[in-house]
Amino acid sequence: MKALLSGNEAVARGAWEGGVKVATAYPGTPSTEILEEIAKYKKDIYCEWSTNEKVALEVALGASYAGVRALTAMKHVGLNVAADPLFSASYIGATGGLVIVSCDDPGMHSSQNEQDNRHYARSAKIPLLEPSDSQEAKDFAILGFEISEEFDTPVLLRLTTRISHSKSIVELNVRRDIPIKGYKKDFSKRVLLPAVARERHVFVEERLRRLKEFAENFPFNRIEEGKSEIGVIASGVAYQYAKEVFPDAWFLKLSFSYPLPENLIKKFASLVKKIYIVEENDPFLETEIRAMGIKVIGKEKIPQIGELNPTILRRSLGFEKKKKIYDLPHIPKRPPALCPGCPHTPVYYALSRLKVIVTGDIGCYTLGALPPLNTTDSCAEMGASISNALGLEKALHGMEHPKVVAVIGDSTFLHSGITPLIDMVYNKGTSTVIILDNSTTAMTGHQDHPGTGRTLMGEETTKISLERLCKAIGIKHTYVIDPYDVKQTKEIINREIHRPEPSVIITNRPCVLLFRGKKWTPAIINQELCTGCKLCLKLGCPAISLRGDKLFIDEFLCSGCEVCIEMCPLKAIKLKDPQGETVKNPKS
Amino acid sequence: MQTESIIICGVGGQGILLASDILAEVCLEAGYDVKKSEVHGMSQRGGDVISTVRYGKKVYSPIIGENSADIILALEKLEALRNISYLKDSGKIIVNDYRWDPLPVASGLDSYPENVIEVLKSNVKNVYVVNGAELAEKAGSLRTMNVVLLGTLSLFLDFPKEIWIKVIEKKIPSKYLEINLEAFEKGRDIKI
Repeated sequence: MKALLSGNEAVARGAWEGGVKVATAYPGTPSTEILEEIAKYKKDIYCEWSTNEKVALEVALGASYAGVRALTAMKHVGLNVAADPLFSASYIGATGGLVIVSCDDPGMHSSQNEQDNRHYARSAKIPLLEPSDSQEAKDFAILGFEISEEFDTPVLLRLTTRISHSKSIVELNVRRDIPIKGYKKDFSKRVLLPAVARERHVFVEERLRRLKEFAENFPFNRIEEGKSEIGVIASGVAYQYAKEVFPDAWFLKLSFSYPLPENLIKKFASLVKKIYIVEENDPFLETEIRAMGIKVIGKEKIPQIGELNPTILRRSLGFEKKKKIYDLPHIPKRPPALCPGCPHTPVYYALSRLKVIVTGDIGCYTLGALPPLNTTDSCAEMGASISNALGLEKALHGMEHPKVVAVIGDSTFLHSGITPLIDMVYNKGTSTVIILDNSTTAMTGHQDHPGTGRTLMGEETTKISLERLCKAIGIKHTYVIDPYDVKQTKEIINREIHRPEPSVIITNRPCVLLFRGKKWTPAIINQELCTGCKLCLKLGCPAISLRGDKLFIDEFLCSGCEVCIEMCPLKAIKLKDPQGETVKNPKS
Repeated sequence: MQTESIIICGVGGQGILLASDILAEVCLEAGYDVKKSEVHGMSQRGGDVISTVRYGKKVYSPIIGENSADIILALEKLEALRNISYLKDSGKIIVNDYRWDPLPVASGLDSYPENVIEVLKSNVKNVYVVNGAELAEKAGSLRTMNVVLLGTLSLFLDFPKEIWIKVIEKKIPSKYLEINLEAFEKGRDIKI
């Protein structure tokens, strides 16, 4: 049977068909859908949203100890969090097949950097598979388990945004029945004491040599005959772009791209006169192939920054010079924005009034950095808000400086905000931490986490109380507030930033998008009372707009959070139906 | 046949991903190789969204660059303008005459260009204008604007109507099916 699947759906299908028993992940674009899809097979597969990627990989590794096939999936920067277990897992190897899926994000559609995770395969000395469409994503997931078990190694399956989020046709099969090996104690393999690790390093180098031989005959590393004297070496989605740009060339399609099949590459080089290497981001293949003494054309022409596509490739190589000129007016940008009724908005509004330094974090609330809120001063990576705040505070100590506030979401806090908060308590920090608790992992599409009381398998579970957690760590001043109450929000933040001790303020309103299908009573502006002072525009609410010198609320978009109603100095904004249901006063 | 490339663009929340899902499934049902691509994540939050559907005997790249689209289907008119450079010289633009102010415009920090439709027409030979909002309201809900536009798109593509209907029936929850089928008809009814 054929189906149109995204690369992520295909990996999930491959995991199921390949007999996976345990699958783990922390959500992160563009990887999130892999576990969401695997959860549909929860009858056959134990799956979980792990607290973070390090935990996710460690849970999968534990499952591999028990001799079952395990998969863990994460976005590229997630593998940085999981880098510690990655390198140990390489030494320990895999009893049950262990596939680590990394979804890289060339073009940074939804990420803070453009790192190329193929380098991880080289530095951890593990095999790398790069699918170039959904069929391969499924096939390579299955092959990944086989390679993993045959060579006693974790396997890195590297997708990119255009593989993860592109749909193409996939042939579906049934689930394979993989016998479970069961747990067997193995001191010389899994207890990485220095004496054991030294032996394992010898094994890892020998394994790499055997993997290189395997790559030479791997059927998906293939030479495609061409009609010209030009040869193209490509992997991943870049192979597809190159196929369009070089219709007559010879191709060496590399799917098992670390360790590289040196003999196959040398054979290919002898068949053609000129070689192009087409790959996105870093010259990963190029560096290795140049080191083999082969002359190639690569990153001196093809961009290293951003995504490729056939047009960019053609133009970078000088195959297409024409660029059509249009006669267009100024086109305003359409940046993403916090939703109408978003409970983060009033917090950011309050912060913008208080003239504080705001260290931010990863999530929807990063958008508070954009106009008109212009609040956040930094956004580095998961959990950095709290530790960055402490560093700023310590550095500025003794000088006249604005107070420092860290803003972090609930899911991000649980992912990697707890250890920096402990650090702040331990090292006598005095910054204020605001946990924007909207009861979900919102940005990636509403996944559960340890604070929601539900698992990926759909079961009820212990709900971690952020308030009690903070108190247990040693935060004496912990407050849970209603962010829709702007006055109180502002007062409490203002009070806490002046306290010579650390405090944590936790907001308690869920993400507005969790109320799917609700019809809210909107707010409306009485045009006779409105003077057009534009104070309400400072919220950056997408439902409020200026037309001429008049302000309007889009009834279709408004969810009735009543924040603008509270703010309006002229009381010109009212609910359309005072008794109606609003996101501030939901009936259920 | 050559690979056909269609771009569907608009604003996050307009149902672009559903529209491109339907189109891609129609291509599959019609027996073509097909790929579709879009970006998730930030786009959910009112940003601009673009989805690419390509079909033919054999499709390689899931995305296209400038000067490569046969058709641009724009659910919002400013987005037609933003993506105009994707269009081939011989390409067509089907544009919903619907304005959705970007936040910088709504908050008075930037301005929405005047006469967007005229600007499109002065730059591109084949521009087809649909009043999607009016037709969607008539069908029963403004939210069916995406399916209205698919109805119009279907006039330009050589797929049997039965396939469209079959895929819409598969993709749309039964609760909203009737108004969406009506929306498809309304979009397909217009004279081009």
